[in-house]
Amino acid sequence: MDAQTAVKPRVAVHKFSSCDGCQLALLNLGEDLLALAARVELVHFAEAGPLDPDTEVDIAFVEGSVSTPEDLERIQQVRRHSRMLIAIGACATSGGIQALRNGADGAEWVARIYSHPEAISSLAHSTPIASHVKVDFELWGCPVSGPQMLAVVNALLLGVTPRANADKVCTECKRQGYPCVMVSRGVACMGPVTRAGCGALCPGLGRDCYGCYGPAENANTDALATQFDHLGLEPQAIVHRFQSINSQAPVFLAAADKARMGCDE
Amino acid sequence: MSDERRSVAIHVPVLARVEGEGALDLRIDDGDISELRLRIFEPPRFFEKFLEGRHYAEIPDMVARICGICPVAYQVTAAQALEQLFGVELSPWARAMRRVFYCGEWIQSHSLHIHLLAAPDFFGCNNAIELAKIAPDEVRRGLRIQALGNALMDLFGARSVHPVGVRIGGFHGAPSLSRIQDMRDRLRDALPEAEALIRWAATIPMPQDDQAFVSVALRHPGDYAIERGGIAASDGLLIEAHDFDAHFAERHEPHSTALFSSYRGQPYLVGPLARLNLNHDRLPERIQALLAESGLALPSRNLFHSLVARAVEILLALQEALRLLEHYRLPDSPWVPVTPRAGIATGCTEAPRGLLWHRYEMDSDGCVVNARIVPPTSQNQARIEEDLRLSLLNFGLDHADEALRLHCEKVIRNYDPCISCATHFLRLNVER
Repeated sequence: MDAQTAVKPRVAVHKFSSCDGCQLALLNLGEDLLALAARVELVHFAEAGPLDPDTEVDIAFVEGSVSTPEDLERIQQVRRHSRMLIAIGACATSGGIQALRNGADGAEWVARIYSHPEAISSLAHSTPIASHVKVDFELWGCPVSGPQMLAVVNALLLGVTPRANADKVCTECKRQGYPCVMVSRGVACMGPVTRAGCGALCPGLGRDCYGCYGPAENANTDALATQFDHLGLEPQAIVHRFQSINSQAPVFLAAADKARMGCDE
Repeated sequence: MSDERRSVAIHVPVLARVEGEGALDLRIDDGDISELRLRIFEPPRFFEKFLEGRHYAEIPDMVARICGICPVAYQVTAAQALEQLFGVELSPWARAMRRVFYCGEWIQSHSLHIHLLAAPDFFGCNNAIELAKIAPDEVRRGLRIQALGNALMDLFGARSVHPVGVRIGGFHGAPSLSRIQDMRDRLRDALPEAEALIRWAATIPMPQDDQAFVSVALRHPGDYAIERGGIAASDGLLIEAHDFDAHFAERHEPHSTALFSSYRGQPYLVGPLARLNLNHDRLPERIQALLAESGLALPSRNLFHSLVARAVEILLALQEALRLLEHYRLPDSPWVPVTPRAGIATGCTEAPRGLLWHRYEMDSDGCVVNARIVPPTSQNQARIEEDLRLSLLNFGLDHADEALRLHCEKVIRNYDPCISCATHFLRLNVER
């Protein structure tokens, strides 16, 4: 038993700018959390208690985006101390919803909200982890789910590369036999360009996917924007479809820029 | 301690088991507290700014992202505000299910806080995994209750973190009767577990403290207020949500990215203990009896009673969810149609951590002109500083640095601060 304990992989969970929701994929595991704690050594996970940010680990999960001058230094530290670095969630993979500020005048925003703007330390842009350091694996989603996180941990415990499903939400939606909300009801659904992984939760409730898992591979955003136009969406509404939770994911950013040209006409 | 008039510095870089990032600066000079500041340095995320120009239908999905632990509070408050402005009357089904959905979040968030964040302090443990070694049944019970809260949110939102079910006018979908029947069984089975949790929580030895403060919470003529009611204070105030600004003020202090709130110029308390202090007469008889049995006298002036208060509210939320699901029928439609209207929308609900207030100015197309959100943790920020000052003096400044730090952390955790919401986590720097 002692020998087994000695080889347990050391795991850290780091938080950057975020809502804490992806860490909940672990904290919400229920009794599985105790099972996980028996298989890995959680050496740093501030919200759960263990604090040791600068220790060497086998796996570092990073939640959140880089959005302050201190973050720039801290993410380098995390990288130096981690054998594998795994970015979890929309903030860590695309900059998150707070990256909506990237197109705006951040300083003006600070001045509008805070009476001591000079005391607020914030970068003009909120950026994903891979913009700053090498990331070994990205798990997209806002939020990532418990089963997704466990699948990654299990793959790593077995010594295999975790698998990314970059296919479209539509594939999950069809497999479950949900009626297509866009075809049957004319709802502007992001499913055709959005990465699978959630299980098509929104169409399952009869509503539109809003892209919270980020772009799928080979996403045909041009065709979808044209379809949105046919459904009667104004250009500004099409921009907003692509500019939400994963606004700075390059594919969605380009699609929004294209749609924005329609706004200027 | 031989020298009570010492001047010392303690630096604790990070305080664990709170949601988000912050710090505490404590300076003791000649045996007196000369500086005490709760510093929240969670990076600002500017939600209020990027909501501008957004269509009302997008708001529930966007505001959920303020907080992974209490997204339902944000969604329901926004929906309530906009529905009132648009003159929407929810169906009785949707009104009842909003409360059930909200109960799920209280159960999840409170059980997470009690077992994973707060309780380890009182057993000399660093975290819940250590606590699970000495109190395995209690921790497992807590995790089961937390999971049930998540399952309840999942019923209406398809997932418990950033659920996708709320729409302005009701819900996108209605859960099937068979899923509700299954949920009723699980809720029934959890009631004795929640009663046992209250009894356990009441036996955990707590520091004695006695402080004067104003409690602020929603109050409703019939219910234990969760998702509706007027804003009440323990000094007799009772106002509607739209009058909030006339009585409460926010200010920015340079040491924090969260704004500080005050009521009549003073700090005030929101959250489970404030609610219990104001609304214990609204609790069902069975829970009142359990409270009496636990020996907790209300109103309480000891913030360490917050842990029991959360346990009490877990049982309340379970009972409420069960009561409202008892005669569940599938609605004709889970939502009613909405026509936007220009004007000011204000809404207020009881997030797990306390009063949550939203204000939106909307244009006639149903898009946001400007938005303001006042979360519970920023309302509690001034009260936490005041409490730390008083309780440290009560505890005694001559304790060793490590004991002082632990006491500060316990005090702060009573408020279950969600620094993600307030803008997130704590570093303690003590100088003396």
